[in-house]
Amino acid sequence: METITRFLTSPMMIELIWTVAQIFAVIVPLLIAVAYLTLAERRVIGLMQLRKGPNVVGPFGLFQPFADALKLLSKETILPSGASKAVFVIAPMLTFILSLVAWAVIPFGEGMVIADVNVGILYLFAISSLGVYGVIMAGWASNSKYPFLGAMRSAAQMISYEVSLGLVIITVIMAAGSLNLSDIVMAQKDMWFFIPLFPMFVIFFISTLAETNRAPFDLPEGESELVAGYFVEYSSMSFALFFLGEYANMILMSGMTTTLFLGGWLPPFDWPILYLIPGPIWFALKVALVLFVFLWVRATTPRYRYDQLMRLGWKIFLPFTLIFVVLTGGVLLGFGLLPQ
Amino acid sequence: MIAPLFFYLFALMTVVSGLMVILARNPVHSVLFLILSFFNSAGLFVLLGAEFLAMLLVVVYVGAVAVLFLFVVMMLDINIDEMRQGFRQHLPLGLVVGLILIVELLMVFTQDLSTDNVLATNMSGEISNTAMIGQVLYTEYLLNFQVAGLILLVAMIGAITLTMRHREGVKRQNISEQNSRTRDETVQIVSVDSHVAPKVLDDSRAANKRLQ
Repeated sequence: METITRFLTSPMMIELIWTVAQIFAVIVPLLIAVAYLTLAERRVIGLMQLRKGPNVVGPFGLFQPFADALKLLSKETILPSGASKAVFVIAPMLTFILSLVAWAVIPFGEGMVIADVNVGILYLFAISSLGVYGVIMAGWASNSKYPFLGAMRSAAQMISYEVSLGLVIITVIMAAGSLNLSDIVMAQKDMWFFIPLFPMFVIFFISTLAETNRAPFDLPEGESELVAGYFVEYSSMSFALFFLGEYANMILMSGMTTTLFLGGWLPPFDWPILYLIPGPIWFALKVALVLFVFLWVRATTPRYRYDQLMRLGWKIFLPFTLIFVVLTGGVLLGFGLLPQ
Repeated sequence: MIAPLFFYLFALMTVVSGLMVILARNPVHSVLFLILSFFNSAGLFVLLGAEFLAMLLVVVYVGAVAVLFLFVVMMLDINIDEMRQGFRQHLPLGLVVGLILIVELLMVFTQDLSTDNVLATNMSGEISNTAMIGQVLYTEYLLNFQVAGLILLVAMIGAITLTMRHREGVKRQNISEQNSRTRDETVQIVSVDSHVAPKVLDDSRAANKRLQ
């Protein structure tokens, strides 16, 4: 008995328990946010299209996500006989895991971050670039035409937009002078980066739409041409994992936009009274704002044609961001604004 | 205690997945194992304290190169049995390549790295390794860096010129042409006599009848 208590109170064990507690403190609110994002999406789009959306289950339809989750859980998991079984099962898990692990480096407040790594922004970029594997593995393992076409589209699309996404991130790094996300937020204390880098902000947002396969770039799952794209063959919980992963990715990308351009946990003005509201609340409000734009875009824009999508990525965004990287560097150097 | 544990985990996974690359029967599974081994090597870099290199490995190799690799392997219809047939024939060549690689590895390991070599100096703790790489990349290794970039550019241009051809008779969208169109050159107002059925309509009716 005594050895057990000594083991549990040893510094290593306490650190481990503390880390796990931190992880839960991030993941549980995140999953609740994902559940309510699905509801918010249906309500917001419903109201924009002059209908009510789901409002029956519980007060204002607030229990709708739980009803959906229960429905999905009670369905049968189907493994297609022609599928490559291991890959088929791993793909949705990978999508879901990747959408969660990226949160390790996002700062929610001053010092409120699970892992304050030096290369936080590169870590985020690396994890978001891995997201394509869930899609491409699902598409290939299903051994079916629509999923495969969806996966091919998605792979090409995500790689194309990652290039400009990377260049946008470089301009932010130059302006902040650090790869650490907390430092990037603190560098925005006087002015949020979306003001001086406004064109980059717009391109970043559009690229995140493409990166998360959201409307108007939702060709990988374009229901009118590919049924549902890469997850046609998925049912029940494996489908739910894809769904959760996609929405968690949306929140992640909004979090990234907030951290890089909208000042993270900082209040909009540098007034002492605004600091009474804790940082995580400012962060959540900004993420909610960006998410609302995600939904707004989906309700109002038609889907892009595939060649137009590629043209936008390679012929417009890439040259523009390249020029802007040089321009930003030149301005920072010329006016002596380079951060030390 | 945790760091060595992770080292053995990453090292074991790297070696096992590296082996599985050549042992897996399905080429797509091979590529997936290759990706896994890249990923675990990135983990090893993190344990070495070279987090910038680790992230670069994931971004460049796992996030971009391997995706294209997977893309190509998936599109190719590779017959595994046919590939096995050439095994005996290609074995000597494979052995020679393997031998050369082993000799090179041995040469690297036996070389003395401690004498005024930039790579071997450990400066960790003073500045971040990102800054360190940046400092030598654009000073000491500027020429090598630029030449490497140039080689990649040449390869890219070569690939594009080899594959791009403009076939005649294929309809293409020219967006600048479309955008520069004015209303006057596309829209024409024709006054139609409303009592007489236009000839076009008659023609299409006749065509419909023929189809039926």
